[in-house]
Amino acid sequence: MKSWGILLLFTGFLSFAQDNGNTVASALKPIKIYESGGVKIASYDFNSFEPILHKKDNTTYVINFWATWCLPCVKELPYFEQLNEKYKNQNVKVILVSMDMPNKVESVLIPFILKKKLQSEILHLDDPDANAWIEKVDAIWSGAIPATVIYNANKSMFYERSFTYSDLENELLQIINK
Amino acid sequence: MRTFKISALLVLITVFSAFTALSSDSGYQIDDIAADFSLKNVNNKKVSLSDYKDAKGFIVIFTCNHCPYAKAYEDRIIALDKRYESLGYPVIAINPNNPAVQPDDSFDLMQKRAKEKGFTFPYLFDEGQKIYPKFGATKTPHVYVLEKTKAGNVVKYIGAIDDNYSDETAVKTKYVENAVNALLKNEEVPVKTTKAIGCSIKA
Repeated sequence: MKSWGILLLFTGFLSFAQDNGNTVASALKPIKIYESGGVKIASYDFNSFEPILHKKDNTTYVINFWATWCLPCVKELPYFEQLNEKYKNQNVKVILVSMDMPNKVESVLIPFILKKKLQSEILHLDDPDANAWIEKVDAIWSGAIPATVIYNANKSMFYERSFTYSDLENELLQIINK
Repeated sequence: MRTFKISALLVLITVFSAFTALSSDSGYQIDDIAADFSLKNVNNKKVSLSDYKDAKGFIVIFTCNHCPYAKAYEDRIIALDKRYESLGYPVIAINPNNPAVQPDDSFDLMQKRAKEKGFTFPYLFDEGQKIYPKFGATKTPHVYVLEKTKAGNVVKYIGAIDDNYSDETAVKTKYVENAVNALLKNEEVPVKTTKAIGCSIKA
């Protein structure tokens, strides 16, 4: 009887999460919302962001840490966009986590998103005490970006490096096919 | 069964060698001795740690012109040198980036930046990007506090300058200052390694 209750609760939660919008981050509580030129960017501290790294559903998440000032990050962004476009209907979700300075979100990040017409889900991570949370993303992360996590309920991989498109797709396929 | 055992052994060996490779590639660890170097300063003169006869140690900072995190810390780096140079721990700044990959980090622009900001410390160019891998620096800014001993310059702290890049007034822990203060008092460095977000080094 008890387990039925839990199951009901769980189902209820699932449908709630889905009704609540189609973005992964919509279940999270941002610390601030930026809005400019018709683009809304939600900003999170690490605590409010962390659940996005530990979802256990049938989706594979590709989470890329980047910033507009980071050349190698900007260079590989089109590959993440391409991956998102190709796999978005196959339970793959690309999330671009911007580490831009808070005072650059409206002046630089949003104009960049508009100019590049980025389609993947984008959110902003603003938590200056990075030493407190870097290892919670992955123990081997030095804190340099670009960095990427690809995970699903079965497997999780962390990469502190840049990708080419085929490289990125390969990694995704290996994780999906596990 | 036997093949299984052999393949298991092979897997073990591979895993083990992967780990050993990783640790030897990743640069200096705490209590390692840092090798000296000779790098070109913005005044065109070569600088080595051994030039500093009276130093008790060094605050070696891998930093650069272009990185927003490095820029955010520029004034704090200048303040570190002002405070600790006279106490025997001068700042030695090194730009590890390859200007062919990141043009904003060229030697000319280093000279310009040092002049604009009135750097009181050497700002060295890691020509050919040879020194930063020895340290194991991965990003800018990335700090190594060294203590000069008879055996050599011993790595005593690796990591961030403090715990808030964006707002100096909100800093709770000044990691580098705490490390140097402890060394000056012959005490154990309280926090030996920290991590921070930074611009990956462009080699």
